[in-house]
Amino acid sequence: MSLERSDVEKIAHLARLAIDREVIPQYARDLSNILGLVEQMNGVETGDIKPLAHPLDAVQRLRADRVTETDERDRFQSIAPAVEAHLYLVPKVIE
Amino acid sequence: MHNKSIVELSLSLRAGTFSCVELTRHLLARIRRLDGRLNSFVTVTDERALAQARAADQRLAKGDAGPLTGIPVAQKDIFCTAGIRTSCGSRMLDNFIAPYDATTVEKFNAAGAVLLGKTNMDEFAMGSSNETSFYGPVRNPWDLAAVPGGSSGGSAAAVAARFAPGATGTDTGGSIRQPAALCGITGIKPTYGRVSRYGMIAFASSLDQGGVLTRSAGDAAAMLGVMAGYDPRDSTSVDRPVPDYTKTLDEPLQGLKIGLPREYFGDGLDSGVAGVIDAALQEYRKLGAEVVDISLPNSALAVPVYYVIAPAECSSNLSRFDGVRFGHRCDKPRDLEDLYKRSRGEGFGAEVKRRIMIGTYVLSAGYYDAYYLKAQKIRRLMSQDFSDAFRKVDVIMGPASPTVAFNIGEKTDDPVTMYLSDIYTIAVNLAGLPGMSIPAGFCAGRPVGLQIIGNYFDEARLLNIAHRYQQVTDWHTRAPAEFGE
Repeated sequence: MSLERSDVEKIAHLARLAIDREVIPQYARDLSNILGLVEQMNGVETGDIKPLAHPLDAVQRLRADRVTETDERDRFQSIAPAVEAHLYLVPKVIE
Repeated sequence: MHNKSIVELSLSLRAGTFSCVELTRHLLARIRRLDGRLNSFVTVTDERALAQARAADQRLAKGDAGPLTGIPVAQKDIFCTAGIRTSCGSRMLDNFIAPYDATTVEKFNAAGAVLLGKTNMDEFAMGSSNETSFYGPVRNPWDLAAVPGGSSGGSAAAVAARFAPGATGTDTGGSIRQPAALCGITGIKPTYGRVSRYGMIAFASSLDQGGVLTRSAGDAAAMLGVMAGYDPRDSTSVDRPVPDYTKTLDEPLQGLKIGLPREYFGDGLDSGVAGVIDAALQEYRKLGAEVVDISLPNSALAVPVYYVIAPAECSSNLSRFDGVRFGHRCDKPRDLEDLYKRSRGEGFGAEVKRRIMIGTYVLSAGYYDAYYLKAQKIRRLMSQDFSDAFRKVDVIMGPASPTVAFNIGEKTDDPVTMYLSDIYTIAVNLAGLPGMSIPAGFCAGRPVGLQIIGNYFDEARLLNIAHRYQQVTDWHTRAPAEFGE
């Protein structure tokens, strides 16, 4: 598997990562090498094997429908980059 | 004081040989004086440590002390600590003061342990050498030119250098066992679900598991007893009682069946390391164990499978770092997309970006079945290899790492070579089994770790098997020349 510059640009966009232009060839090389390693999986026949998502095959627990959390907005917002009137600020989205 | 075990320190504190404040001052002074050489701590919590030490002295005086009351420990900087920066080794969280304590931190606080500080680590626990940290590499106390291993490299170096008798770590693909091996100390990664992941910053949620790094198995038993247990706040935590791990340390090993997977002794294993492992197995035979050959046929696929599953889960987990609610935010974003992209591009280092991109790629439309689903199917095969093996043997042994510690900078240019450093540890995470590394000797002056893999929830047995070996050998008591005095 060999990734081109355009592939890296596309993946970086999907992952919302700004990547400096000059290091894109290096990422293309490294990611291609990693995918090359991963391709060793292709040698294994896995037809009807059930995928394993959790080592103990656990299922999601249910809990009582009760309020357990308290309002901690001020504490959580004290570490936010930009807050006004209890709202998180981001650049304008709608003109 | 700094060479004493947790068990010895606990006895001395109760006997009043020295106070917890004296012990804490002594260790803080060592860190201040010597950690410039290692860079094992990101944050040292002097004032809080002394306040906790005074409280511990009061508890000891009142006779209200548990086994860890007054014992100084270090927390890997991946565990959230309320009011103290939790950086996860990343620029992204360089300014992050967690609003709450991880369950693990809460448990150590309740036990009366003293927090010395937060240890350095590979960024978001992604690395095998502690070179991906935003705060710079950690050095190996046995040889300052060498890496300490990773990702819990700061914890391993701090324990080996006698800055703390014990530290916490996390292990997603070997991040407790490999640095324990490379720094000549004892490390245990429990069964997946044994230790709460609440407040432990997530890397790959189906693989991440917290554990401890100490100098001896006895100390690991004491610390793990505090750390393990059910936590309703972690949906994958297992509701099962925690045995007293210290009670069964001395059980005899007569009749123990040890399996040696032939795949762990093939090409790629350093011959010096192989010699040390052989000698350790000889000790186990003398202790009454029987050693038999086994096979884990899909071992070679562990690294490929891991580098699909771990990056996939990482790309999903790390999507929360978006520059909006906490963490790094870029200057003057033009629009929302620019805010996301530049905050993440600046906040994450190269290795984290590589893994996010691999994860994004393997989960993207059209590729899911070929990569993620395929990897999960092989994960099932690997897990079955272990269950087949555990029908024949009680534990599995082999090297924790194919080589001793490599030099700083030696593998940074080639991620794939770095990844292969975890070739013997990764399968254990994929299967969710408990594993340990204990010091078994040296090769070219650098430590070698023996890996012991157990069946699900066999932590007590692993600690017992490690402890008996440490009763008849002294590798775990050796101190690096510069840090033993």
